[in-house]
Amino acid sequence: MNTVLRVRDLRVDFGGHAVLRGVNFDLSAGETVGLVGESGSGKSTLARAVLRLLQPAQGSVNFYGLDLLTCPAAALRARRRDLQIVFQDPLASLDPRMTVGQAIAEPVEIFEPGLNGGARLQLVNAMLERVGLSAGMAGRYPHELSGGQCQRVGIARAMILSPKLLVCDEVVSSLDVSIQGQIVNLLLDLQREAGMAVLFISHNLAVVRHLSHRVLVIYLGKLVEIAPCDALFAAPVHPYTRALLAAVPRLPHAARAPAPAGPVVPPEPALQERLMASGCAFRDRCPYVLPVCETNEPPLVEVAAGHWAACHRSQETLIPLSFAS
Amino acid sequence: MLPTLSVDRLRVSFSHRTGTIEAVERVSFAIAPSECVGIVGESGSGKTQIFMAAMGLLAGSANVSGSIRFEGKELLSADAPTLNRVRGSKLTMIFQDPITSLTPHLAVGTQLAEVLVSHRGMRWNDARSCALHMLERVQVPEPKRRLNQYPHELSGGMRQRVMIAMSLLCEPSLVIADEPTTALDVTIQAQIIELLRAVRGEFGMALALISHDLAVVAGLADRILVMYAGSIVENANADEIFRRPRHPYTAELLKCIPSVSGSRLARLPTLAGQPPQPGEVLEACPFAPRCSRAADRCRAERPQLMGTAGAQVACHFPLAS
Repeated sequence: MNTVLRVRDLRVDFGGHAVLRGVNFDLSAGETVGLVGESGSGKSTLARAVLRLLQPAQGSVNFYGLDLLTCPAAALRARRRDLQIVFQDPLASLDPRMTVGQAIAEPVEIFEPGLNGGARLQLVNAMLERVGLSAGMAGRYPHELSGGQCQRVGIARAMILSPKLLVCDEVVSSLDVSIQGQIVNLLLDLQREAGMAVLFISHNLAVVRHLSHRVLVIYLGKLVEIAPCDALFAAPVHPYTRALLAAVPRLPHAARAPAPAGPVVPPEPALQERLMASGCAFRDRCPYVLPVCETNEPPLVEVAAGHWAACHRSQETLIPLSFAS
Repeated sequence: MLPTLSVDRLRVSFSHRTGTIEAVERVSFAIAPSECVGIVGESGSGKTQIFMAAMGLLAGSANVSGSIRFEGKELLSADAPTLNRVRGSKLTMIFQDPITSLTPHLAVGTQLAEVLVSHRGMRWNDARSCALHMLERVQVPEPKRRLNQYPHELSGGMRQRVMIAMSLLCEPSLVIADEPTTALDVTIQAQIIELLRAVRGEFGMALALISHDLAVVAGLADRILVMYAGSIVENANADEIFRRPRHPYTAELLKCIPSVSGSRLARLPTLAGQPPQPGEVLEACPFAPRCSRAADRCRAERPQLMGTAGAQVACHFPLAS
């Protein structure tokens, strides 16, 4: 497959506090990778580090042969058209003084300065239509739009230059469930047409499941499980993934995952530092903890084809019942 | 039996320079003692405004008519001293964002004790020990230490536990929880739902659980009110709502909720269109433009909420039960 992004040993510190602690993953063209984890696990930091919206302490982000973290600013700027991001709060991420049309045209003005006004307008109108907004919307301001419409504008602005990589940071989290599906379907369609790679960050596991080819699970700055989407939801291996899945509220007729026992409270900052210093960072919440978890940090090991987990008991966990009981 | 809360033909509208915006229209329902009623609907459906009216917390531009009775006493016409005796003691509310509901410059213990000092006339020392006891009951770890901590020193889940503790201090008859888990991670959300279930059993108060998430409500509610465009479109037993929704909107909403189990879909089911714009005057069924069952009658005449007290639906052509 055509690798778009190769992230290796990515580390980010904020004031000496480790936020990302060596993250490795690849992203292929046409692939959607979901990234899930609790708040504070480093999801958004990973999104920003990959796009070099913040400066990682260490590691490499290889985008079509160019290391985004070390390349000169000019080279990065030239590549920006291929690297786009859509944020959670659709209203806050649009300039309130720009009309919808201006907001969507702006990337074209910057990266295609040779294009004349008429051609640009045509592009903008086509894009508006593509994201399900009428061309008549071009003159409106963000505050006149609903949350779902604002998010469509954000997507249009990101997609108008046909990027190679689209990062979606909680893009449906602030939307109502009936609108959420419309946006998810729009992203699915756009990917089918444009073939970009998508890094889809969300705390909503159900949405991630319907959209992703693969899923990364992050805990305290480290990936603890990487798996093809169906495998992750059918047979999660890491106890953290299991805890996340068990916590999702279900409708009465939906099947319930067996809830793992044990404390599920995320550790306080002081404890986090200690947990990250040695051993498995999840050990204080893990109902399946062993003495070895205190001292040795479990590496990511492949437990099935393309399915990786960082747990000392990952081999046992393949037999779900004996493990869950 | 006297209902704990009874809302009758409540109408809440806001005057705006472009006209009047109806937020809540002709809403009537009751909550029985120790009953848990879930109120679900999308943003702007009016679910929060009903309870802001009950708490006397509506914005100044709001016009309210109808009646809201709490344990038989009218709240809408009550003067401030009467309202203040009830609010925060017998009738309490928990909000979505616990950090903005707590005062940032007072220690948690002080904020909790203050409730008892002002409503029960307790001495500060006694009030503090009651507060400590309540923190224990809502399973706040290291409760003694928390008394002297400030809200920003606590995690989101812990702050919501503090809010729940505060709402329970005066043995309320009704706790209103407005999106109490929306700002929290799924793992914490599951714990807060569990805690609400536990305190309901222990304190026996009625609970009004407002949420946009049917799955959150599913775990707790005895009965569910579904709101659309300012009105109740369905009011039924929770089991019935999930097993046999009668209003097309309820049925569509249930289909839209993506699941972490079952078959994975190539596309998510969606509800086409948008809810009516606020301020639109509706002679017709507000859901008609989005409804696959809509007929001429739906576009001409607005359906009223009808049926028995156990199962009501506002639809000319409800789904067969």
